[in-house]
Amino acid sequence: MSIADHPTEAGPGWGERISRWVPFLVLAPSLAASFLYVFVFTGWTLYISLSDSSLLPSYGWVGLENYADLWASRRWNVAYRNLFLFSGFYVLGSIAIGLLLAVLIDQRIRGEATWRTIFLYPLAVSFIVTGTVWGWLYNPTAGIEFLVRGLGWEDFEFALTTSRQYAIYAIVITGIWQSSGFAMALFLAGLRSVDQDLIKAAQIDGASPFRIYRRVVLPSIAPIFIAVAVIMLQFAIKTFDLVIALTNGGPGTSTTFPAIYVYDLMFQRGQIAQGAAAAIMMLLALAVVLVPYTLWLVWRRSREAADG
Amino acid sequence: MAEAISDNAKWDAEASRARTRHLLSRVIIYGLLLVFAAIYLLPLAVVVMNSFRSLPEIAEHGLIAFPRSFEFDAWSDAWNSFCLNGACEGMKRNFFNSLWMTIPATIISTMLGAINGYVLSKWRFRGSEVLFTCMLLGVFMPGQVALMPWATILGAAGLSNSTAGLVLVHVIQGISFTTLFCRNYFVAIPDDLIKAARIDGAGFWRIFWKIILPLSPPILIVTVIWQFTGIWNEFLFGVVFTSGREQPITAALFALAGNQTNVREYDVMSAGVLIAALPPLLIYFFGGKYFVRGLTAGAIK
Repeated sequence: MSIADHPTEAGPGWGERISRWVPFLVLAPSLAASFLYVFVFTGWTLYISLSDSSLLPSYGWVGLENYADLWASRRWNVAYRNLFLFSGFYVLGSIAIGLLLAVLIDQRIRGEATWRTIFLYPLAVSFIVTGTVWGWLYNPTAGIEFLVRGLGWEDFEFALTTSRQYAIYAIVITGIWQSSGFAMALFLAGLRSVDQDLIKAAQIDGASPFRIYRRVVLPSIAPIFIAVAVIMLQFAIKTFDLVIALTNGGPGTSTTFPAIYVYDLMFQRGQIAQGAAAAIMMLLALAVVLVPYTLWLVWRRSREAADG
Repeated sequence: MAEAISDNAKWDAEASRARTRHLLSRVIIYGLLLVFAAIYLLPLAVVVMNSFRSLPEIAEHGLIAFPRSFEFDAWSDAWNSFCLNGACEGMKRNFFNSLWMTIPATIISTMLGAINGYVLSKWRFRGSEVLFTCMLLGVFMPGQVALMPWATILGAAGLSNSTAGLVLVHVIQGISFTTLFCRNYFVAIPDDLIKAARIDGAGFWRIFWKIILPLSPPILIVTVIWQFTGIWNEFLFGVVFTSGREQPITAALFALAGNQTNVREYDVMSAGVLIAALPPLLIYFFGGKYFVRGLTAGAIK
């Protein structure tokens, strides 16, 4: 009775004890879900990749056999070679065009918001929409080739998607079209954050605009180049919808990508285990990009903190 | 005097040369911008125009041409009666599937993100930073890694081939993004504000409702826009976990555009593309500022 009468003397009451746990209890469901999603699902897929699953998941252990089969598969080799080729062109192209657009927009132009809106809108629509429409533009009997030939350039060729050799460049061009606006937005934010006094000092010294960009502005936004490259690489590794809509991996297997290989093996060919092995390889590729980047970020932050 | 005049003339020559140079650089800048704008707008212009053109006209003049006639049949065909996956009811059902998938998933994941962000920024406990980092890993997970586990779980829960199943998938996948956005925003709210409220006797929920939420609209708008466009545009989960009439619009559009058996009905497909693209485009055009803010926040943080 006395405890109930003097709750404060007996330490925190029940109400307070529960309220202390509220933040954790509130967080718990999301934590559990994220934990399930990140760790359990990864472990599960890893396990499937080491199992004898075929048309349905099954859990007999076969070790690394699926990985051996995967790397022996000609199509997988095409897929990851495509990934390298695509990533290189896509990342560099997006950075180059994104930077050019950002610099152009940064020249105190009229109607800045309108220009920005035009260059960024592709990012709002889905890759399926983009891929579908660009697929038409590459169509030799109705698209760009048809248009240019009609204008008089009779042997103009732009039928990229039907060529085994060039289909991947159709994906590169379309990918750059969709995401260079994104690079532009990041670069523009960076350009606007450059110390104006530095630029003024360079102007007073009589440096040309080109020189100011090269020597003052671009070096001070170097971290943004890395951020853009990492994000683009991440997109590249996950590239799926765009290719599906544009070429569906063809002609033949010429535009197969890792993400498409996973989908194809799991849901079209009933080779779930090898598909899972390919999915784990995708995860590894992401880790190869993101782990060094994260470490670099942490290192930079700690150095900044040390510098005061 | 003569010296002064020649000095003036020199200045004038200099000034006019600078003016020419300035003019030239302006011409180059706007010229380049116009060329790029034309390339960026071409695909949009092509679908908009072809959705009003007739099929014979498209066949004769190609896809990239101004309309000679205006017809609205393609829109009603695409919406109401186009045959897709064995049923002839157009894309309207898929459109509403997407809507009923995207709206609840956006609202739920944003609410969870706001509360999580509040806890992880203002009620930190031992280990909360580590837990936050673990949640963040979800941002980078490729969907392919989650496919088999989701297929198994949705099957076991009786949610395969349903919009409810997709809502679940998108909520759980979205939590890491929404938590990241909100947490990084709430961190900037001064802790003293919270402390003062606690001294006044306000508890966890009271502080959330009375202090945090009134300060949150900017980040909530960013999060909602980000989630809505992301979920609406998602394709992989939609095409794997649903089929036929239950598919969201991205999967239906793929089926429509990939249908190579008949003559390609570019007019109907153009209308279909626009139906699939309009909701996120409208959000982008009306909430562009927030869209860009979410983009840069999500990317750089």
